[in-house]
Amino acid sequence: MNFPMPNLLPAYAEIFLLTMTCIVLVVDLFLDDQRRYVTYVLSLLTLAGCAFFTIGIGSIPGPTYTFNNMFVSDLMANVLKLASYIAVAVNMVYSRSYMADRGMLRGEYFSLSLFAMLGMMVMISSNHFLTLYMGLELMSLCLYAMVALNRDSATSTEAAMKYFVLGALASGLLLYGMSMIYGATGSLEMRNIAKILEVGSTNRVVLVFGLVFVVAGVAFKLGVVPFHMWIPDVYQGAPSAVTLFIASAPKLAAFAMAMRLLVNGLIPLAIDWQQMLTLLAVLSMALGNLAAIAQSNIKRMLAYSTISHMGFLLLGMATGVVDGNWLSAAEAYSASMFYAIVYTLTTLAAFGSVLLLSRAGFEAENIEDYKGLNRRSPWFAFIVLVTMFSLAGIPPTVGFYAKLSVLQSAVSAGQVWLAVVAVLFSLIGAFYYLRIVKLMYFDDPVDTAPLAVRLDMSVLLSANGVAILLLGIMPQQLMELCFVAIKSL
Amino acid sequence: MKALYLIVPFAPLVGALISGLFGRSVGRAGAHWVTILGVAISFIASCMVMSDVLEGNVFNGTLYTWLISGEARFEVGFLIDRLSALMMIVVTFVSLMVHIYTIGYMAEDPGYQRFFAYISLFTFSMLMLVMSNNFLQLFFGWEAVGLVSYLLIGFWYKRPTAIYANLKAFLVNRVGDFGFVLGIALVLSYFGTLDYAEVFKRAPELATQTMELFPGTPYLVITVICIGLFVGAMGKSAQFPLHVWLPDSMEGPTPISALIHAATMVTAGIFMVSRMSPLFEMSESALSFILVIGGITAFFMGLVAVVQYDIKRVVAYSTLSQLGYMTMALGASAYSAAMFHLMTHAFFKAALFLGAGSVIIAMHHEQDMRKMGGLRKYMPVTYLVMLIGAFANAGFPPFAGFFSKDTIIEALQASQTPGAGFAYWASLLGVFVGALYSFRLVFFAFHGEERFAKIDAHAHETHDKENTHGHDEHGHGGSPHESPTVVTLPLILLAIPSICAGWLIGTVVYGNYFGDAIFVSSGHEWIAEMGQEFHGVMGMMLHGLTSLPFWFAMLGLATAFYLYILQPDVPGVLRQKLAFFVRILDNKYGFDDFNQWFFASGAVKVGTGLWRYGDAMLIDGVMVNGTARIVGWIAGVVRWLQSGFIYQYAFAMIIGISVLLFIWVFDVTALLANWTR
Repeated sequence: MNFPMPNLLPAYAEIFLLTMTCIVLVVDLFLDDQRRYVTYVLSLLTLAGCAFFTIGIGSIPGPTYTFNNMFVSDLMANVLKLASYIAVAVNMVYSRSYMADRGMLRGEYFSLSLFAMLGMMVMISSNHFLTLYMGLELMSLCLYAMVALNRDSATSTEAAMKYFVLGALASGLLLYGMSMIYGATGSLEMRNIAKILEVGSTNRVVLVFGLVFVVAGVAFKLGVVPFHMWIPDVYQGAPSAVTLFIASAPKLAAFAMAMRLLVNGLIPLAIDWQQMLTLLAVLSMALGNLAAIAQSNIKRMLAYSTISHMGFLLLGMATGVVDGNWLSAAEAYSASMFYAIVYTLTTLAAFGSVLLLSRAGFEAENIEDYKGLNRRSPWFAFIVLVTMFSLAGIPPTVGFYAKLSVLQSAVSAGQVWLAVVAVLFSLIGAFYYLRIVKLMYFDDPVDTAPLAVRLDMSVLLSANGVAILLLGIMPQQLMELCFVAIKSL
Repeated sequence: MKALYLIVPFAPLVGALISGLFGRSVGRAGAHWVTILGVAISFIASCMVMSDVLEGNVFNGTLYTWLISGEARFEVGFLIDRLSALMMIVVTFVSLMVHIYTIGYMAEDPGYQRFFAYISLFTFSMLMLVMSNNFLQLFFGWEAVGLVSYLLIGFWYKRPTAIYANLKAFLVNRVGDFGFVLGIALVLSYFGTLDYAEVFKRAPELATQTMELFPGTPYLVITVICIGLFVGAMGKSAQFPLHVWLPDSMEGPTPISALIHAATMVTAGIFMVSRMSPLFEMSESALSFILVIGGITAFFMGLVAVVQYDIKRVVAYSTLSQLGYMTMALGASAYSAAMFHLMTHAFFKAALFLGAGSVIIAMHHEQDMRKMGGLRKYMPVTYLVMLIGAFANAGFPPFAGFFSKDTIIEALQASQTPGAGFAYWASLLGVFVGALYSFRLVFFAFHGEERFAKIDAHAHETHDKENTHGHDEHGHGGSPHESPTVVTLPLILLAIPSICAGWLIGTVVYGNYFGDAIFVSSGHEWIAEMGQEFHGVMGMMLHGLTSLPFWFAMLGLATAFYLYILQPDVPGVLRQKLAFFVRILDNKYGFDDFNQWFFASGAVKVGTGLWRYGDAMLIDGVMVNGTARIVGWIAGVVRWLQSGFIYQYAFAMIIGISVLLFIWVFDVTALLANWTR
């Protein structure tokens, strides 16, 4: 059998990451707790190396397909991968002292993180149902394990269990959908499916069945209503550092998955899935924002906030194709992509602040813990203020432009009512973000212990907050990058 | 010349700013010197402008463009013709007299500098109003004089009555201004410009154009514009039924009653209508409306003056009545007569007010005529001036009021405009009433029994009412004596034109003095017809002696003489016999009560209702708290759904899938679309 050597160049970053992860895994075996920082530094270097490769590959123009068209490297993939590296790296820095304080800073944490990263990269670069599914499962399995990392904690194991069962269900739904589409089109390769669908003459009922299940799978990963039920419980039950991980980079991967499946693969069915996504988006914005108000646990509150943000993200996805017209699609999808990146950036800072307030023997879990933060540390109170403003979408933070761009795409698609609904719910949402600001600045602190922050975290969290502000003042470059990336699809 | 025009309004403004902003550093004397100097310069400049205008020069130009919005330009500019020049002379002259008089009247008041700042500011505003060449600046001046009037009525801001009165003046004038602004807005929307000359030039275009205020009832646009503008004049010139604020405005210090509420500001409405004569001439309905309103005001407000005891209120009601005359003249297209009466009235009414003020000083700020009497021998100068004022007000020849009022009555007789008949009789009866209240005032206060001696002890108490009146050096308990020169000098200077100003009638009314400034359409040229029968001042006086108005005036004088000199007990008896009518007059026809009941407490009720049902129930209760409750309820439901049981979570996902499948596999949206179609 003739087995031609595939072009490995587009997958250099993945190959490097896999190799390095194995090395990290082995190296860590020989380290004791005092020298755990070697693993830490090695992991960060691995991510830096991946970034190096990705930037190098990104300089090659145009999409490059390899492994029998199962794998694609295009600008969107590279941008999202870079954002994911940053998110995972930031996550490692933020988590370090939290995990160390709780005895979880072991090799597993790093290798699981890196394997999850690998899964995400495969998802982002997939051009084939099977590669996509493989990446998804690699990422998900790592996440399940990470949630249960603190295996003696009942809530953590319960959360991991729920996540695993529901995740398995969602994977099953997704697979079922994929098989339906395979049945209708006879192909698993996304570009190919799109071509076949354009020709027409496929069984619509089978296709729609497949589409509904695929959308359900995507919706589960994004965590939109009614496939959101796992989010609050998992976010609350998992160790805060893991919550941060789940809430950040995987959302980029989920966005990429939606783009690959729906836009690359099923764009001829856009009319159908756009309506589905609109429905899910409205439900998510409504439920997420309304439920978040009633939460007293900060992680749960941020969980519901995530649900509403994913609803917002879907606004752009749901308004790309207008009456079969593609013209504004790139703008709409790039608005969604911009939203995903901005959301990740802001969420890192939001959960970063939760980790900031936690210390050995104390979990900052309640909104009350933010009381009087301004008295304890004016600078970090300011960072949290910027973060909350960005989540609420108040200028001049970047969250404003993220919301503005998806709303613009809704309006230019003629869906003014959708934009109005979105604005109304984000208005309601502003309440619970601003409540945190109010607690920080106008209430007396309950906990007066000084904040013990490691230097690396302190610098990075500050940079994170400043980035939210700076990108809010100069969002143009990132927006254009997203636009070019989507154009290159 | 342009510089001269600028000096006229801005000299008083500079004075006002200095005495208002730096009152403490310039001191009392500094404040009155700087403002009097400003007004004096303004007066001299006005005289120079007048002499220039008499040579036939007219200036109409823009000084400053404030903003341009589309086609419309908003500008500051002057229109200096004979009409505005006359007003400038009247305003600056009376203002100058009042400034001087104030030195004496307000001598002991702690708000001395503030008062001078206000009256100078008023002079500036009034001059901007009369010199304007566009509606915008007119409106600015209109509101500015209203503002200063408000400030001055409430000058003694610690008195509840003064605060009540200035609020009332403010609110009633808002009603008038509502109409005024609507009129101006219509002018802007139909003509696209606010410039007088432009508007007048293009006015004939609107001659037959109609608009529907209510569906199905077309009105002439020009009529709506004119009535809107006139409603503004009704507020400012205190015409029925918006007159209610003027009597109460007497709560302010007397000098401003003379300046603002008799001589100048209240005549702004008359001036405005005269200025707009090209518009008003096009609408017969508006002129009729004006005639009727003027007639009602002239007669019925004069009647109220007969039962008043407060010396200033008598003069105030007489002002209302005289403003009614001017308004009637406008309605009869006798604009020149109205302006002429405006001028003579400014002089004799200022004299009357300042004379009353002089009495009030002498009586230690006592205004009730029942506590006066026999003042003639103590205050000869004031008495003489008041007597001249009364003769002028009643319209006896050769005093100024005779010429102007007689011309108006004759014009009303000649006028063919609907409503002129009513106005004519109202004006004749008004002459009788006018003579009656004028001489009642003179006889009551200056003749007869000296009633102040026995109530002198009481006078001390009234001092407290006027807490601004400190310890005076006149000495208590002594008999009243003549006021100082700063008070009497303006009185004399005002008494002179009160006698002679009427002799100018040949030039001002019949001599085509106003020229193009006033437009009278053909068919309304009754003044011109009367002019052909005018044979000099002496001839008019001789003719006047045989005419009906003179005998009505004589009758009024005789009645007053009988009631208050010959038989001083009769008025009391009459009051009892005619108790019903007296009560109506004492209640001023119940307008105040009605306004209090309907508008004031009505507004409070509406406000309370809106607050209770609109704000508290609807906005707070349903919208704010209701939203919060709904959000809370939804959040509760979601918490309940988020039960923590994994099978329920899975179930939710399955339901989600099923709904999506149901909708898309059966294409429910298309089905619904078919259904609704």
